[in-house]
This record gives sequence, structure tokens and C-alpha cells, in this order.
Amino acid sequence: MTSWEYAPAPESREIARLRPSYRMFVGGEFVEGTGEPLKTVNPATEEVLAEVSTASASDVDKAVATARKAQEKVWGRMPGAERAKYIFRIARMIAERGRELAVLESLDNGKPIRESRDVDIPTASAHFFYHAGWADKLDYAGYGPDPQPLGVAGQVIPWNFPLLMASWKIAPALACGNTVVLKPAETTPLTALVLAEIIQQADLPPGVVNILPGAGDVGSTLVNHPGVDKVAFTGSTEVGKSIQSSLAGTGKKLTLELGGKAANIVFDDAPLDQAVEGIVNGIFFNQGHVCCAGSRLLVSESIADELLATLHQRVSTLRVGDPLDKNTDVGAINSGMQLAKIRELVAAGDAEGAERWTSPCPLPERGFFFAPTVFANVSQSMRIAREEIFGPVLSVLTFRTPDEAVAKANNTPYGLSAGIWTEKGSRILWMADRMRAGVVWANTFNRFDPTAPFGGYQESGFGREGGRTGLEAYLNV
Amino acid sequence: MAAAPQATTSGADPTTARAAPPADLADLTRDESTLRRFLYGLPGVDAVGVEARAASLATRSIKKASKLWAIDTAIRMVDLTTLEGADTPGKVRTLAAKARRPDPERPGVPSVAAVCVYPDLVATAVAGLAGSEVGVASVATAFPSGRAALPVKLADVADAVAAGATEVDMVIDRGAFLSGRYGLVFDEITAVRAACGEAHLKVILETGELATYDNVRRASWLALLAGGDFIKTSTGKISPAATLPVTHVMLQAVRDFHARTGQRRGVKAAGGIRNTKEAIRYLVAVHEVAGEEWLTPSLFRFGASSLLNDLLMQRRAQHEGHYSGPDYVTVD
Repeated sequence: MTSWEYAPAPESREIARLRPSYRMFVGGEFVEGTGEPLKTVNPATEEVLAEVSTASASDVDKAVATARKAQEKVWGRMPGAERAKYIFRIARMIAERGRELAVLESLDNGKPIRESRDVDIPTASAHFFYHAGWADKLDYAGYGPDPQPLGVAGQVIPWNFPLLMASWKIAPALACGNTVVLKPAETTPLTALVLAEIIQQADLPPGVVNILPGAGDVGSTLVNHPGVDKVAFTGSTEVGKSIQSSLAGTGKKLTLELGGKAANIVFDDAPLDQAVEGIVNGIFFNQGHVCCAGSRLLVSESIADELLATLHQRVSTLRVGDPLDKNTDVGAINSGMQLAKIRELVAAGDAEGAERWTSPCPLPERGFFFAPTVFANVSQSMRIAREEIFGPVLSVLTFRTPDEAVAKANNTPYGLSAGIWTEKGSRILWMADRMRAGVVWANTFNRFDPTAPFGGYQESGFGREGGRTGLEAYLNV
Repeated sequence: MAAAPQATTSGADPTTARAAPPADLADLTRDESTLRRFLYGLPGVDAVGVEARAASLATRSIKKASKLWAIDTAIRMVDLTTLEGADTPGKVRTLAAKARRPDPERPGVPSVAAVCVYPDLVATAVAGLAGSEVGVASVATAFPSGRAALPVKLADVADAVAAGATEVDMVIDRGAFLSGRYGLVFDEITAVRAACGEAHLKVILETGELATYDNVRRASWLALLAGGDFIKTSTGKISPAATLPVTHVMLQAVRDFHARTGQRRGVKAAGGIRNTKEAIRYLVAVHEVAGEEWLTPSLFRFGASSLLNDLLMQRRAQHEGHYSGPDYVTVD
């Protein structure tokens, strides 16, 4: 018997219709930005994909002014049922161009095509569909008889789910009658600019959505711009804190969705094979570049050895490599900077005495890759148990009693998500009551749905996105 | 309860050679309440989770050389089956000829694993397959319902074995299983196992009637503890027959059984697998759930009839670069 090697099954990069240069989108037109152009890189090959124009402070001024005008003259006055038509149209067009967007996302971000095709793009479309439905029903959303929009929303999004985060931000803002100036992440601007093309083709009135690529300075100019009424930020806790302090006293409404160090808690009566799947999905989905990743595994000491053996076996089957290959499970780390950060924290884990296990999978020679890694014998005091790694690295801790599980799970400055694995329904409810986390998954992990509010506790931020609750962030209530 | 099966050696394949299970496993089947406690102590199966995992693995894209390898492997794993009231010696003879040389115009095509028939047609199949490597499998134990007294079932098995069956596909008593009489099910399997002699025993769980994945996992362990060489999903007479999630649970059982005892037992997915695409999904599950050691006819089988022709057509398409119609493969 020879071993069964899967032949490469790459999605064609032609499908992405990659262009040599991309421009920013302001007032319904693609225009050259006056900032220093940036080059976006394919993290799987380290090749430059395209040059992207970026915004300067004066471009931000222009974009905010055109958004203000569009909000006051057109979009804010438009009946909800009319706004809904545009948003439905955008949702359909995202789905229609799903394959193109998926390939482009995988090229720019490094995530496997299986995930961009089956998760990112369909969920992005679903967010527009869901919020389109709310546009004419805001009177019944529980925020009074005639809730009003806030005005212009300045939104800054991260690189881990570029199109999906853009959709999470833009869809509710539009449904509630706000206009948008959005800054995509410096390393992943491309799908947001194709979304701009879709928005243009959907005939959205000029200025309702403006997209300004650039680095952190553009984001800072945008959120601090006096013409912005509402700021929504998803990204690191450090940047979130600085935004919150600079916005204090300005009267702008703010929602923050920041880092996390989620606990995935496995009890001894859990469905073990599915718990292993959930653990894998919790930390190796999207290379672990997930703010709600289940990066701390808390397992009942009585089953720890058995669970770890199964987990190692399962993780060994993860295929790391070319993001465009349909059989790739774990793609490329988004940037050299992020890879360096992951390496630094893993070295800290080694130095602090945790027991490292690394998947024996082969890694490509070029590009930013990191093999799935599991640390056992981790204690709460180690950096790998406290700091967000944002990579494919799992820290395994054990507990003896449910109370200890609760105490350890909550012992973090973050509080974005948690997972509970047990066949006992009463224990799920008991645990969920005690978790200081915005999202608690039971016998599953990393499930996203536009109808379910998402957001954090403590240093994971505040405000909710998705569901009826998420509308509050974009209404004057 | 009867004692655990004694060690016998099967000449057919060393990887599934029967050794007595380790002492701690023999203890598990000491009496009915111990066995019940063990089966209820197995980790549960979360239905949503196992179905999601099966669906996600089904998106693997198998192309080119890996597809060709999969097609040939799948052909070698087929138990070419006919289980109709209307079966005749003539039908079984043509099936045997097909099993030896599935694609007469392409000499490179491997023969299938076995031909699977009712006991009264075993002798015909044996004659038709004489001199070949193809096994003769016979269903037995009052297939498909299993509703008969134990002596009748054992006579059924003895009849098939005497006629030359090298493999016996028995059905478990689902009524006994669902009413919690695990000891009875265990004793029946061990008795059939003894009646098999040198023949390999496949234990059909009929997962469509067991209904829950927890039951599938318990029945899998029960059959493995009782000495089944293979656990098999279905008779093909009940819908649903084989499904990917059920096969996942059974593959996990043989994987875990190996981790505990060092012995590799097989899985047979039977019923409802009609085309190459589906067959490859099962092979991917075998590869990634149980492990690549299971990618061999001695540890994984397909119980199928129409699947074979689709595999042959896909094989030709891969080799020749174009599809040919169903008239270019033999209908048997």
C-alpha cells in the first residue's frame, strides 16, 4: 500500500481578476488618493499583488464631507423600504461574484480557499441580506417608534476577515440610514475595493459608502475627524484603548470589538470526537487569526491525556500550504510582522516551561507559514495563557471542578467568547451564566450568524454587532 | 454469557488476524451489566458536530493521480452484491465473471474484493470464482431482518460456510439491541463467530434502524468486542443505508479499538453508494478519520452493485481524457 497523496487542486488565480492597481472609492467614484501608495502582498508567496492608492488627511476630509452630504440630502431621508432595495442588491451581487471574491480574499489574506469560499463570502452576503430586512422595520426593533440614524460612521476594520468585517460594519450602518467612511486594513485592502465596485454597480447614491485604504494614520485621522458621528473599530486592544481615550468627551458614539483569549472548556462527559473538532475549528480556523479564537483549552484533568492524544492525531491531518488549494486546511500567516509575533510568543512558551507539540506537517519553502502548535502543561501565569497570540497556537490547561473551570476561564482581561463541551444541558446553562464573555458556544465553536449579536466584555470591547441588538450601535437611541 | 472468542488464525489477511482481545477487554464482557456500563460509558456523539465534520471533509477535491489511485482502490474494495429474491445461478455467474474482470477491455483493472450473495447461491459463486483471488461473501443469520431463533441463524451460517463462503455478513438482532439486551446481541455474535470457522465475519449493525449516533457507537464496540472482523453499516434493505456521518462514527470506533488493543478491524459501508464521487468521499473519511492504514480492502469495503460501473466509466475517462457512455461497460 502506498500512501495516498492528494494531487494539488488549486483554484485558478485568474478568477480573482487581479488588477495591477486599485484606487480608493469616494463620492461614488474611484479616485487616486494623495497619500503614499501601498503595495499589498500575497502572504503565501511574498509577491506583490497590486499597488493601492491611499488616503491623506485631505482625502479623509473630502470623504467625510461627501458622506455627510449624502446622509443629509439622500440616504437619511430615504424610506427604509427603498434603502432595503439597495442593500438586497449588494447582497445578491456579493453572492454572484462569490468565487471571484473568495479567490481574491485568499490571495490577499492567505486564508484557505475552503474558508473564504464556504465561510467568509457567504456570511458577508448573509449580513447584507439580514440587515436589508431590517431597513423598513426599524420602528419595530424596540428602540422607540421612529429611531433616527446617527449620521456619518467612521469605521476601521482588521485584516483577518477583510470582506466579512467590511460587511459587518457597512450593512447595519446602511440599514439604519447612516453613511459610511471605511478604512480597510493596510495588508488586505483588495476585497473591500471590489465591494466598492459592487456598491457602484448597485447604483448606491454617491457618497453613501466611501472606502479609504491606508495605514493606521488614516484610521486615526478618520476616527478623530470632527465630521464623524459614530466610530466603529475592530482590531487590537491597544489601538482600541487609544481610540477610546481620544474620543472621550467628543460625544461620538463608539463601539469596539477587540482582542480575546477565549477558553474552550471540555468536561469529562463531552462528546470527545466532536469536542476535538471544535477545538481544532476554534484555534486553527483562519490560522488562528480570529479575535474570538478558542486559544485556551481548559480540559477536565481526568480526560486530558485521552483528549490530547486524539487532538494530536487530528491536528496531524491538517494540511498546511497553498491557500488556493481546495484541500488546504491552514493557509498563510497574514504578514511577516504577525509571524514574528507568533514566533516570539511561542519562544516565550518554551522558555516558561510549557510542553510544545508541533504538527509534523510539511511547510512550503516560501511565504509566511507556521505549523499548528499545541502547548500542554500550561499554567495561568505563562504569557501564552494570558496574551493573545493570534496564530495557530493552542494552550492547554486542566481543571478539576466546574468552579475551577469558571475561575480559570474568567481569569483574563478579555471576554469575547467561550466554548462549553458537555452532554449535560443543565451544566451548559450553569456555565453560560457564569462566563464573562460576549458569546458562549455550547458544543460548537466559531459559528457566526448575522442574527446573533457578537461583542465583548472588558478589554474585548463593548457594543454588539449583528442581530436586533446590533442595530442600537447605529441608531440615535 | 459466553466467554470471549478464542484466538484463531485467519489465513486471509494478517492485519485482521484474530487475536484474543486484551484481558481488560475480556473483563468488559464478563457479564451483561459490565458490558452495559462500558457501552454507556463511551463518549457521546454530538449529531450536529459529526454531520458538520462529515460535510466539511466531503469538500476535499481529489484530482488527477490521486483520483486514479482512489478509483482503483475503490474497485478493489467493492463487495459486488446481489441480494434479490429473483437471484438465479445465471445472475450470480455473470456477477462472478464481472468480479474477476470488471472491465474486460482494460486488462489493468483490478478485480473486486468479493461477491456477496445469499447462502443458497454461495456454491454457484464459488464455482464461478474458482482460481481467482475474489472472495465469496454470504449474508446469513436470517438476513435482512434477523428475526429467527439462534439455531436457525447458526444453521444459515453453517450452510454458507459449508458451501465455501470465505466471508459471512451477519445481521445483529436490532430488537434486542434497542431493548437493551446487549448480552443477547453479544452472545449471538460470538456464536455466529464460532460457526464461521475460518471465514471472516462482518457484523451488520443496520444503522438506519438504530437511529442515533450514540447507538451506532455502542453497537460498533459491541460487535468489535464480540469478535467481528468488520462492522458494516447496513443491509441495503432499509433507508437510510450507509451515510457519511454514520461511517465516520464507525471509523472512529475501529480507530479507538486499535488504540486500545493494537488490533485493526474493518468497516464496510453498504447501500446507497452509487457513484465515484461518493465513493471517494468515503475514502477520504477512511484516510483522515481512521488513518491511511485502513485504505486497503482488508480493512474497508463498499457493499454495492451499481457503483462498480461508475468507477469503471470514471477510470476510463481519467485514462482516455473523455467520457464514454454506459453502453461501453458491461451490464450484469
